Amino acid sequence: MKLVTAVIKPHKWEDVREALETFGVTGMTVSEVSGYGRQKGHTEVYRGAEYDIALVPKIRIEIVVDDNDAEDVVGIVVKTAQTGRIGDGKVWVSPVETVVRVRTGDRDAAAL
Amino acid sequence: MDGYYAFMLIATAFVLMMTVPALALFYGGMSRSKSVLNMMMMSYIAVAIVGILYVAVGWSMGFGGEGTFFHDPFDLFWLDGVATDGYIGVMFQATFAIITVALISGAVADRMKFAAWVVFVPIWALLCYFPMAHMVFSCTEDSLICGRIGAQDYAGGTAVHINAGMAGLVLAVLIGKRIGFGKEALRPHNLTLTMLGAGLLWMGWYGFNVGSIVFGGTTDEENTAQFFSETGRTFANTTLATMAAILGWLLIEYLMHRKATSLGAASGIVAGLVAITPACGAVDIEGAVAIGAIAGAVCAWAVGLKYKLGYDDSLDVVGVHLVGGIIGTVLIGVFSTSEGAGGVDGLLYGGGLTSLGDQALGALVAILFSGVLTAIIGLAIKFTIGLRVTEEDEVEGIDFVAHGESAYDIHTSGGGSGSTGVLAAKTAPVTEGANA
Repeated sequence: MKLVTAVIKPHKWEDVREALETFGVTGMTVSEVSGYGRQKGHTEVYRGAEYDIALVPKIRIEIVVDDNDAEDVVGIVVKTAQTGRIGDGKVWVSPVETVVRVRTGDRDAAAL
Repeated sequence: MDGYYAFMLIATAFVLMMTVPALALFYGGMSRSKSVLNMMMMSYIAVAIVGILYVAVGWSMGFGGEGTFFHDPFDLFWLDGVATDGYIGVMFQATFAIITVALISGAVADRMKFAAWVVFVPIWALLCYFPMAHMVFSCTEDSLICGRIGAQDYAGGTAVHINAGMAGLVLAVLIGKRIGFGKEALRPHNLTLTMLGAGLLWMGWYGFNVGSIVFGGTTDEENTAQFFSETGRTFANTTLATMAAILGWLLIEYLMHRKATSLGAASGIVAGLVAITPACGAVDIEGAVAIGAIAGAVCAWAVGLKYKLGYDDSLDVVGVHLVGGIIGTVLIGVFSTSEGAGGVDGLLYGGGLTSLGDQALGALVAILFSGVLTAIIGLAIKFTIGLRVTEEDEVEGIDFVAHGESAYDIHTSGGGSGSTGVLAAKTAPVTEGANA
């Protein structure tokens, strides 16, 4: 089991979701988050006062997948979320010990 | 003059709308999401308190008769001796008193004790607004600004905008800066509210300016003719100055920051309306466009002064209302035409410096009167019940602390939609009956 976490630009979320669904991913958890990377936010002007706004809104997607699918899922996210401009986000993969489906008690691959 | 009476019913409702909801929306959008309700409540409570106080003594002090600063408050106490067909005139002036007091609230956003505001509002109306309305609008021979100095002020450049703007400056200095001023991004939380409020203010301002006509004729025919010609002038001037001010503000903003902002457009609207308020009867349409453009440009620059001078006039009551009010009042001396309501030529129309001097003196008296009296009231409150909420409460948010409410049911940090409400409901037990 692997947990694939992706932080992407909000307007790319629908494309990513569709591509993952086509690949066969059956579910995911999505949250609206904010943060910054090397782009370091942006500047806003209100009545002449310029503010550096550090936090930029992003979408975080979390998907638990079979070990074999992890690389493919990462590839799909990178391909669909990429604009080539600064602020496209990050994807990372971490190991998952076990997964249980709450309704049935199914474990691991059967629970996905 | 039946038409005039019907028009005043509408105009009065329009001016009331300028405070609730227009000003409340304009200011509320500019405040932070944790203090928007308090910001709006400062306007709403001002309506209730000032409106009743106005009927009790305000009308008598302002319009009861002679007096240099004000008339005997008890002469027409509770409108005793005022016929009901005169009530609409009283209510029209009451709405002016209301919005003048409410305007001040923008200077102290996010941090003034609600109780302190509730005490400040009636005292300030009594000592600053009612006398100033007498000095400017009543225009008895002995009234200071209109009668003695002879300054023109059609709808309240001095009595409303300089008065409120100066009070805002004094209160902002006395109450101190918001926590994080100059360091954190204390940015507007919802500019759509501000855009809506600015638009409604513009609409309401027609009641404010056009409704301020004072008749000078001796027959119905003369007054009817004046009504037609003068309302056309004040309506057109109010409109054109505001349009020019939007462009003036956006131009300066673009030159300084390479951005034309929505907040700049909304602010330009208000700056233009403020500046044309005293001048709408005195100038022709070229004068109105000039005053609006100058006000928009200068106010766009003036809102930056607080960072240089180090006072936290949070929503720019000084930069827009004090500066805009001074511009409009003083520029009457330049652009006034003898064809207008005041019958006086300004500098550019061959009238020399007389009018300019009168206008500048009128503005100066208003600045000093409001500045000194607001300082006395403000200091008295500061050293008795206190002006400001505690640091802890300010950080927590004044909406929750003062009113026990929050404006929005949003729980995600990104400012998105996300709440299902289920998590919020579990955080605190519901008091029985509260939500029944």
